[in-house]
Amino acid sequence: MTIDMEHFTPLASLAGGILIGLAALILMAMNGRVMGISGILGDAFLNNPISGLWRWAFLGGTLVSPFVYLLWAEELLPRPVAAGSTLLIGGFLVGLGSAIGSGCTSGHGICGLARFSLRSFVAVMVFMISAIITVYLMPHGA
Amino acid sequence: MALITALISGIIFGVGLALGGMLDPSKVVGFLDLFGVWDPSLAFVMGGGVIINVIGHQIIARRSRPICDNQFHLPMTKTITLPLIIGSVLFGIGWGVTGLCPGPAVASTFVNIDTGISFIVAVIAGLVIGKIVLKQLRPA
Repeated sequence: MTIDMEHFTPLASLAGGILIGLAALILMAMNGRVMGISGILGDAFLNNPISGLWRWAFLGGTLVSPFVYLLWAEELLPRPVAAGSTLLIGGFLVGLGSAIGSGCTSGHGICGLARFSLRSFVAVMVFMISAIITVYLMPHGA
Repeated sequence: MALITALISGIIFGVGLALGGMLDPSKVVGFLDLFGVWDPSLAFVMGGGVIINVIGHQIIARRSRPICDNQFHLPMTKTITLPLIIGSVLFGIGWGVTGLCPGPAVASTFVNIDTGISFIVAVIAGLVIGKIVLKQLRPA
């Protein structure tokens, strides 16, 4: 293992994590909801849109958030790793897996771990190992 | 009121993702590339998010209900189930291949319109089918 010092951003990432945590706390304290994006996104389409309007409000906030970030940040340059059918199949697996597994990086990874949920701990271990093996097996630059 | 707090939470969430580096798929894959050239940054995202929540939950847990609703909506299932494991394996594969999980997928929709919209549609298709499958698996 070699540490990638060139791209390592501990302070910005810690600050980002604290904001993500704060967002989850606001949603729980005010709306009584777990900030799990796979659940919010899936249920936005499957549940009653009127009683579930808070989901669309949350998703709307997330949709515009990069542009809020750019009000003071200089740039936001995502470097894609997948394209074409790989991207679409990957996206489908992200949705399918997080629905069947009842959560993703936010719901299990942030909220579940903080509630000391055993299910979330197991889910995080499994998807981390699965993702690490996937990246290990994928052809990518050294 | 509940809509405004959800909107604010969504904005803060997405700004946190952007600041933390979660909207850059290469950075996410760099974090997952444990056996290559490893970028540990995203461990700080997760660590920061979890620590704030552990502290905050001690305060929220003292209340009997949230400010804008009658009750807290928490997951009922407590047992480790096969769908939890299989779903997490599939999610990990998709996350490793694309470098995007659901939150960043939503936030990235309009950042790179060429791929953002088709990607979020693929995620939503997977979510809807997955939720239907999960409902069939559960005993009525």
